[in-house]
Amino acid sequence: MADNERVDVLIVGSGASGAAVAWSLADTRMRILCLEQGDWVKSSELPSNGRDWEARRHTDFDISPNRRGRDTDYPVNDDNSPMKVANFNGVGGGTVIYTAHWPRMHPSDFRVKSLDGVADDWPLDYWALERFYEENDRMMGVSGLAGDPGVPPRHPPMPPVPLGKTGTRYAQAMNRLGWHWWPSDTTIATTPYEGRAPCINLGHCTPGCAQGAKASTDLTYWPLAIRAGVELRTRCRVREITTNELGMATGAIYYDADGQERFQPAEIVILACNGIGTPRLLLNSASARFPDGLANSSGLVGRNLMLHPWPIVSGHVADALDGGRAPMNTMWSKQFYETDTSRGFVRGYTLQFGRGTGPASEAIAGAASGRLPWGRAHHRAYRKLLDHRVGIGVACEDLPEEHNRVTLDPVLKDSHGIPAPKIDYAISENTRLMMEHGIARAEEILAAAGATGIQASRTVLNSPGHLLGTARMGNDPARSVVNGWGRSHDVKNLFIVDGSIWVTSGGVNPTSTIQALALYIADQMKRRLANLFD
Amino acid sequence: MGNDADTGLSAAELGALRAIAGAMIPADGGLGMPGADDPGIQADIVRSLGRDLVPVRAALAAIMTTAAGGFAAMDPDGREALIERWFAGGGEPAATFARVILGAYYRDDRVLLAVGMEPRAPFPKGYALDQGDWSLLDAVRGRQAFWRDDRIGAAGTATGTGGER
Repeated sequence: MADNERVDVLIVGSGASGAAVAWSLADTRMRILCLEQGDWVKSSELPSNGRDWEARRHTDFDISPNRRGRDTDYPVNDDNSPMKVANFNGVGGGTVIYTAHWPRMHPSDFRVKSLDGVADDWPLDYWALERFYEENDRMMGVSGLAGDPGVPPRHPPMPPVPLGKTGTRYAQAMNRLGWHWWPSDTTIATTPYEGRAPCINLGHCTPGCAQGAKASTDLTYWPLAIRAGVELRTRCRVREITTNELGMATGAIYYDADGQERFQPAEIVILACNGIGTPRLLLNSASARFPDGLANSSGLVGRNLMLHPWPIVSGHVADALDGGRAPMNTMWSKQFYETDTSRGFVRGYTLQFGRGTGPASEAIAGAASGRLPWGRAHHRAYRKLLDHRVGIGVACEDLPEEHNRVTLDPVLKDSHGIPAPKIDYAISENTRLMMEHGIARAEEILAAAGATGIQASRTVLNSPGHLLGTARMGNDPARSVVNGWGRSHDVKNLFIVDGSIWVTSGGVNPTSTIQALALYIADQMKRRLANLFD
Repeated sequence: MGNDADTGLSAAELGALRAIAGAMIPADGGLGMPGADDPGIQADIVRSLGRDLVPVRAALAAIMTTAAGGFAAMDPDGREALIERWFAGGGEPAATFARVILGAYYRDDRVLLAVGMEPRAPFPKGYALDQGDWSLLDAVRGRQAFWRDDRIGAAGTATGTGGER
């Protein structure tokens, strides 16, 4: 096996958290290397360049690695889960294919045990992250509007995405009901920003933005990190983290672009592989010294998987709206976010208000829901659907439960023969009650907006499946995998910065908090460099 | 019977595909809509089968089996009833088959023009988006903050730490 030159810091994964931690640590002048199993994504190859842009959401830009099936992907056995896994393996990771919706966690999300008597409190609070949220908002470039009474103060550097016809329709309905709404924060640039062009409304943003208006870390953090001296190697798939007789990490064994097995020695190893990839790698790093997997003395590596159940409620109105010719999300509501025990469940959810979809996607959704018939009635029915869609997502918090977990599949392997992850996941009763409450409220809103044919999908195949909680942080080594600043309790030079360290999930898209947390951990490391392993 | 080297479908399967697609989405001259059995659309469908070839073949076989070999002899009402019935219980092959047909159909130039859309890729021209009515936000702007501030306890005491606990 070929050995590489030793580096000070080895980061595994170049997505949301790996990019942020690389950029932040670059000012230490340490030698930093990031190994990424995927490729750089060229903007000229993104789907919205071509007439087949909708079809490619079901092939090479599908959010499911199983359906995408690139050679840079690894398979995930998600048969025993009502929700499927979403990820992207390439420079930028999931930020290449996310919706760019940009809510933060709320202060109460970090204190669920103290406030609501469920799960556990985080070992840090919102206010410890606040300045990193702000820093990350500047780095990623956020469009939004200050002054929202539903969330803590924040300062988006760009104006919000227009409401459009669709947002206006929702806003009228919400005002009629007397419920909170506000234009969503998003990392879609609405003005020129740090070399990014402003949004020109290409349509749905999930399969990558050919305009470059959507912030993905290949466009934001990575150019700056590389300019500062960080090395990023693509098509390098890490198989395992190695350790020495002192129980310290010594580096990683990986397969390079030519398929050759290599050893990369490192003084510090940082995992940024998401809530599925990180436990997979830790479990694949089992050894005589760590027979249950690396950093797993608590037995919690892979457990407490949280995926964010996300019902979608949709209908159609008589007037033509924006269709799919605009960013996907328009506004959010925090009306039902904070706990109100009179609802019969604890915790809460964000309502996300979507726009329509493209011509083929509208037809596919219509056929699947039974709204669009086959045969001679097809065309007249279709005209009542295209550009008439309204839809609300119910972003539910699911609480950590140890039986929801990631393990290694005994049979399934990736293209390098590395055991693939298997997930077992069920939706809890508290979350089911929350989902039904949210669906009922969304139905009320759509009815107030004049929609008819309202339908709810409880677990949509393409629902986000955010990957959280499988290597949780905490102060007690018996009840957590990493400490309050991301360092493994068991392996003192091993850090985790991705969504796997989350203690609870909140009811929001996670990327903003994943990155704020990565910046916080990098800051803690820099403050402690002299005694980082003590 | 051998398969077409380019499409992976046999001549019989291509015929079935044309007949079934035409029944799923028939032409409507009054609305300016071609049928999904149009030669250009059929060519796009078979060209884009790719990874969906296996479930599409399964769908074709299942529909033809359901029709007991008599699909071609059915009148339009019978074809539509059979298709609606099969799709309702067709599972994954039905979903894939529908996606393949609709995906090709709704990117055809004539179809897009007939439904009022420009037949082009989204980039680089993009689209215009109205600002909408921002005055509606006035009803929300003046509200008191209602997120739970964990720095203020039930007795009005500060509890948040701004750091690690």
